[in-house]
Amino acid sequence: MPTTDHTLDQILDLAATHFRVPREKLSADDDFFKTLGIDSLQALDLLTRLEHHFGIELPDYELQGVSDFRTLANRIQARL
Amino acid sequence: MLDLRQYASLGAALKDALERWPNETCLIEADREREKVRLTYSDFKEMARPLCRALEDADFKAGDRAAIIMTNQSKWLISAYSIFFCGGVLIPLDYKLTAAEHLQLLAHSKSRFLVVEYYLWRAITQSPEFAKLTVEIVLVTEAPAGEDLRGAYRWEEFKRKGDPQFVARQREDMACIVYSSGTGGRPKGCVLTHDSYLEQCASLTAWYPFWPGVRYLSILPTNHAIDFMVGFIGPFICGACVVHLRTLRPEFVRDAFVRYRITYVSLVPMVLKNLERGLRAKFDELKPHERWMLDRLIGLNKLLTRGRPRVEVSRRLLPQVHKAFGGELRALIVGGAFTDPSTLQFFYDLGIPVACGYGLTEACTAVTLNDLKPFRADTVGKPLPGTEVRVLHPDGDGIGEVAVRSRAVMSHYLDDPEQTAQTIVEGWLLTGDLGRFEGHGHLQLFGRKKNMIVTEGGKNIYPEDIEAVFDGLPVKEYCVFAANYLWPQKTLGNEMLMLVVRLEQNQQFDDRLREEIVARNRRLADFKRVGGCLVWEGDFPRTTSLKIKRGELAEEIGAGAARAAVIGI
Repeated sequence: MPTTDHTLDQILDLAATHFRVPREKLSADDDFFKTLGIDSLQALDLLTRLEHHFGIELPDYELQGVSDFRTLANRIQARL
Repeated sequence: MLDLRQYASLGAALKDALERWPNETCLIEADREREKVRLTYSDFKEMARPLCRALEDADFKAGDRAAIIMTNQSKWLISAYSIFFCGGVLIPLDYKLTAAEHLQLLAHSKSRFLVVEYYLWRAITQSPEFAKLTVEIVLVTEAPAGEDLRGAYRWEEFKRKGDPQFVARQREDMACIVYSSGTGGRPKGCVLTHDSYLEQCASLTAWYPFWPGVRYLSILPTNHAIDFMVGFIGPFICGACVVHLRTLRPEFVRDAFVRYRITYVSLVPMVLKNLERGLRAKFDELKPHERWMLDRLIGLNKLLTRGRPRVEVSRRLLPQVHKAFGGELRALIVGGAFTDPSTLQFFYDLGIPVACGYGLTEACTAVTLNDLKPFRADTVGKPLPGTEVRVLHPDGDGIGEVAVRSRAVMSHYLDDPEQTAQTIVEGWLLTGDLGRFEGHGHLQLFGRKKNMIVTEGGKNIYPEDIEAVFDGLPVKEYCVFAANYLWPQKTLGNEMLMLVVRLEQNQQFDDRLREEIVARNRRLADFKRVGGCLVWEGDFPRTTSLKIKRGELAEEIGAGAARAAVIGI
């Protein structure tokens, strides 16, 4: 099973590619709404991409109260 | 449709609805591609019966208060119906609040019962404030087997055999306490009676009736005034069907339109804009000759629907667009916040009417609504039947504060006579919104005179409620305001909260302070964050009990500083 750090790296790679943001501008504790300039619907879209990438199902509520990449990585890690 | 004049309470009307259309489908619940629940009105009644009996056995009495904290799903409506059947008062709480906020509102509303989804209950039990939980009986839905529920019952197991006794209520009795926000210093619990809801439902369905076979897609949270009315009470008293989705991912929402051949849906402006973006992107992908043809067809549709919507004609002219929405869509209902007129016009030109309205929790659901006779993108429609709307103290342009009088207006704020007296004056609800009537009786809105913002997602945010996150900020004093409250402008949209700080003597607004503000701001839910900061040189005016005189300070700032001085954070 990948480590949380590895999962986090993959999330950052995927977010950078999907939202066309330079990878080096993203870091673990960033507020992804702000860094990526996205709204809550686009955040749900990101969740779908992550599901496909990791092969898991993430209910919408897993995003509740989450706005930084690190917490998101922890939520995903718990389901791997 | 039931004749609501004959009923004294929501419980009585809903009970009759279940008898009236036993074989019609009333609820569909889907999770992604999977359909999880499909209930007829008769099934719904059978599912509610054992819960009603169990509530009776648990000594749930007329007037007892029961809260629901759930995302949209069948158990939300079954629980709400059971609470009304047993004569209870429903407190629909916003599931997006934090656990601490839930606990605060449960205590404020004096709820005896709570129905809550497992993941939300888990958050509540993990809250440091959990010890303060005042609720006596908690029912948790979808709890995993073997999980310790900290004294709560499983919703699925909380049932008793036998026939429950219906508990009658009167029109003037409290039906719901709906929090219009204000979770911080001063919760604002709008007390709405059975009369409020029955009157509001009768006037809304007079303009937009439902009927058996109509499928309403419920996307807005059911705790929100709009979905509670249009995604529960309205469809049920008309024998229609409500479709719930357990995920709100745009791709599954789009899929649901087609799969369930949706007739109506309510949206907040943010979702409407998202749909517009998607459609425009699709149009941009068309080959030049296809695009040329589409533009001509849209032009023709505009011409043919100038006076009124003609959905059948539009479906024939623009079949691909309408198929993408399932082919049965009659109108989109939008409210809860300001909607860009160009977005409304975009959909109308495609033959998809948008019923745009204006409402507030204090007025039950809606005050005005576009009746589409003809469609107007630049207004929020006309007052609903039975609703009087006045513009108070109009200025030279006819713009003044919108005041509302109707039986749908709340009776008071729970346990807050002072705030009630400021809000309902001589029978008129003072909305704090600025508007004007144009020549055809349509209301146009021009901003707010109150210190609050409404987000594109339809959330009311009061600055007072988010100030606590800045407690201990290393400045002399601070205060949060809505930017439009400090610098009134006669437009809606682009609203922003801002932090006003008074620095200590010789203190500079440096990077360290900025980072501290940014870090604290992040602790707030994304829609509650402040968007800028203003350094103010004067001392804040305070009362003898040292509370900030917000109105006075706002006037001083409005006169002494320019909007351009706001520092983005």
